[in-house]
Amino acid sequence: MSRADRDRDDDAPAGTALLRAEGLTRTHRGEGGPVHAVRGVDLHVDRGEFVAVTGPSGAGKSTLLHLLGGLQRPDSGRIWIDGRRVDGYSETRWAVLRRRRVGVVFQFFNLVSNLTVADNVELPALLAGVPPRAARETRAGLLAELGMDGKERAMPGELSGGEQQRVALARALVNHPDLLLADEPAGSLDSRGTREVLRLLTRFHRRGQTIVLVTHDARMASAADRVLSLFDGRITDDAPLDGDGPGGGNGRRGRGVSGVLGLKD
Amino acid sequence: MRLPILALLAHGPAHGYELKQQLEKLLGAAYPQPNVGQIYVTLGRLEKTGLIEGEEVEQESRPNKRTYRLTEAGREAVAAWFEDTADEPRVRDEFFMKLALAPRTGMADRVALINRQRRQYLNTMRSLSKLAAAEDRDNRVAQLLIEGAMLHLQADLDWLERCQEEFE
Repeated sequence: MSRADRDRDDDAPAGTALLRAEGLTRTHRGEGGPVHAVRGVDLHVDRGEFVAVTGPSGAGKSTLLHLLGGLQRPDSGRIWIDGRRVDGYSETRWAVLRRRRVGVVFQFFNLVSNLTVADNVELPALLAGVPPRAARETRAGLLAELGMDGKERAMPGELSGGEQQRVALARALVNHPDLLLADEPAGSLDSRGTREVLRLLTRFHRRGQTIVLVTHDARMASAADRVLSLFDGRITDDAPLDGDGPGGGNGRRGRGVSGVLGLKD
Repeated sequence: MRLPILALLAHGPAHGYELKQQLEKLLGAAYPQPNVGQIYVTLGRLEKTGLIEGEEVEQESRPNKRTYRLTEAGREAVAAWFEDTADEPRVRDEFFMKLALAPRTGMADRVALINRQRRQYLNTMRSLSKLAAAEDRDNRVAQLLIEGAMLHLQADLDWLERCQEEFE
């Protein structure tokens, strides 16, 4: 492909891909020398798809997610969101994009500690120019849906980790983003909190929310439609999941569920 | 199936079909249920070895049913069962042998083996999540059974990751 062809392709819609990346690299310059966190990643995520990225710690999972959300800049490579080339965006344009089209949740929630739950959720809507009344309505609907009724006036510090993550999820979804990026959203939660976050992600996915989830937890990853394995900054496997049939949806091999659940005679 | 059935009978006498129902209620739909035939066969064997005693009970307008009670020897067997610890689960040894032997044969690639195995585990994990969601939330025993299976799978996946770190 010639340079001119490439430029023409820059804003071309890439099929049904909501998110597309090509040749992403990112090197951190640490004290112990350069760390090649992401080393040539191509990926595409279709609209409505739920994709999980797994791999050992240090594999570059979080860095990759940060590149996709414009929180860090790639050293090279290109990113399209909904067919539009975004890797060259300025901080300001990325901030606007994250406000309107890309919601992000983090492991440690990152709520504004001196704002109430309601204000934390409404803030991105107000910043995006949504009228206060509409922002309130959306916030109320989301918090009710997330089981946080009656906690509107609480401060983040008064909530459990699981509750804070639900507020963070409401905040990320308040502007109905096309894409939800989640970086180890259950990484600091107990087993119950993890189940809760998983249930909510699954529910929003069923309604059509496109999600990219970075996680080390196989239970969370297995809720996705597709699992990318990241090793040493590279994608080493791209596994579609089915899991619908008996025996783990994979009758050819193993006994699947009945094999792991069955007690010995 | 022998000892779980004995343990159920420690609660009081029951007939075969009742035992099947008790197991189903306790373990939930997630647990692959033994069919009632298996239970009758097991009961027959337990009776032969003197761990339980059967008694015909007449029923109106139905064939007789056979009710079983635990004998003293049966009660001791249950006590010994509780006293004993269970064996550790084994590492997936068939996969391990494939991984160990792959390079010598020149017929399989270790990383490809790992990737295939990971897909299988992830699919099983997905099925387990669906089972957990479908199971009655208040059935703690059933939920714990599924959660235990998930934690084992997570450990297997972590180990696959270690293997991949070595061989990638």
